[in-house]
Amino acid sequence: MSLESVQTDADGYLANRDDWSEELAQELAQEFGLELTDDHWKVLKTARAIEIESGSSPGLRKISKRSETPIKAIYKLFPDGPAKLIAKIAGIPKPKSCL
Amino acid sequence: MKTILILGAGTAGTAIAHKLRRRLSNEWDVAVVDPSRTHVYQPGLVWLPFGDETEERIVRERGSTIGKGITWHRAAVKAIDTERRQVELANADSLSYDFLIIASGTEIRPDMIEGMLDKGWHQTIFDFYTLEGAKGLQKALANFDGGRLVLNLVEMPIKCPVAPLEFAFLADAYLTRRGIRDKTELVYVTPLDGAFTKPLASKTLGYLLETKAVHVETEFMTGEVDCEKNVIRSYDEREIPYDLLVTIPPHTGADFLEDTDLGDELGFVPTDPHTLAAKNVERVFCLGDATDLPSSKAGSVAHFQADLLTENILRAIDGQELEPTFDGHSNCFVETGHGKAMLIDFNYETEPLPGQFPIPGIGPLPLLKECRRNHWAKRLFRLVYWHALLPGRPIPISPTMSLAGKQLSAAAEVGGE
Repeated sequence: MSLESVQTDADGYLANRDDWSEELAQELAQEFGLELTDDHWKVLKTARAIEIESGSSPGLRKISKRSETPIKAIYKLFPDGPAKLIAKIAGIPKPKSCL
Repeated sequence: MKTILILGAGTAGTAIAHKLRRRLSNEWDVAVVDPSRTHVYQPGLVWLPFGDETEERIVRERGSTIGKGITWHRAAVKAIDTERRQVELANADSLSYDFLIIASGTEIRPDMIEGMLDKGWHQTIFDFYTLEGAKGLQKALANFDGGRLVLNLVEMPIKCPVAPLEFAFLADAYLTRRGIRDKTELVYVTPLDGAFTKPLASKTLGYLLETKAVHVETEFMTGEVDCEKNVIRSYDEREIPYDLLVTIPPHTGADFLEDTDLGDELGFVPTDPHTLAAKNVERVFCLGDATDLPSSKAGSVAHFQADLLTENILRAIDGQELEPTFDGHSNCFVETGHGKAMLIDFNYETEPLPGQFPIPGIGPLPLLKECRRNHWAKRLFRLVYWHALLPGRPIPISPTMSLAGKQLSAAAEVGGE
């Protein structure tokens, strides 16, 4: 699935989670002006793993602890709103509350 | 004698202890472990800062909330040994179990934010998730004569996710009553992309923030509190000044769970979302705020889980398969101020929808809509809590969510769930 054919919701999050692939993540990242390094991948894969095991998109503190990446460093890797960018590129739902 | 050991005698632990006690024979000891002498009716804490609730009505001696035939070990837990099926207590005793239920809840952790516990703590910075914080805030609000009142949700997950919004709405009403609303800027700071994050709620409830003039700062991840300058600072170096800061600090599970085989990085217990068995370990279950589940950390959830987990524990005792019965059902009143409240009813799959509850087409409580009836039902619920929910008596609300009486088309119109 490439960027042209993939469906997103009104906020730009992946509509069908099965569409996600590492190649697609690279393309999505480029859209946001990011070139993914190993440090980016460590954060993205951690966020995906937590979402799959717990059923909700994690907050930055949990991602930070598990990926052993300080929150400040996550902000350097994903400037302009890391929580949103990580969820979009990792193909997981928007972090949300109950209302 | 066989033992079911329940860690924590809050809403979840106390309710399930009573339910199990009624259903099990005398060959079973049902025991709770909790170090605290009192039980706080936590939904009352949101009213306390505004003088609309009293400590006497929302705090009871724990002994009076634990019924006959249930053993109460008044001690803190130090560690759990799932191999030997033993719980080690801080007083050096240890307790054996046949089945273990973790109901140790969640607590606020202001210590996790740099500067939060400096000299501003409980001077110009307050929480309302503890009795001490809510009481201190009552005094601070009484002395408040205008300025910037900043409500700071640090990160999810938190206990009672609607409480920060309720606080904002109640603060608006309180400040209006005091005649200082026009001298106060009310600011709601959230790490999420809005105060409402689900499509239908954003569309239908956005008016609440507009009409009450609550300014919302989004995607603000609080990194530190600077109580010299009275500002909160985000990781991306944005600053928000305050005169009075009402914070909802990060939450974690119990300290004896953090970074153990049973608890995740924040001390929440990885739990099967439908059976409520703790993952990767035998004979251990989890309910209430202590789980890592995406269901709300709320009393109604603890209540529904207690109903369903009781049945699964009885199945486990009989050597039967567990049933995947829990659907994430949550049912919460959301106070909107000036004597009105909304009711929301939802689960893992279905976002809060408009409609009628509990009887389709009749109600009497409208869903996702403000009205006075919901407010009075919320106020009266305290009595239901002490007399029915905690003692594990039946409450005529289904533990699983029903779609009957809900307007499904409403969500489809805004592209929701």
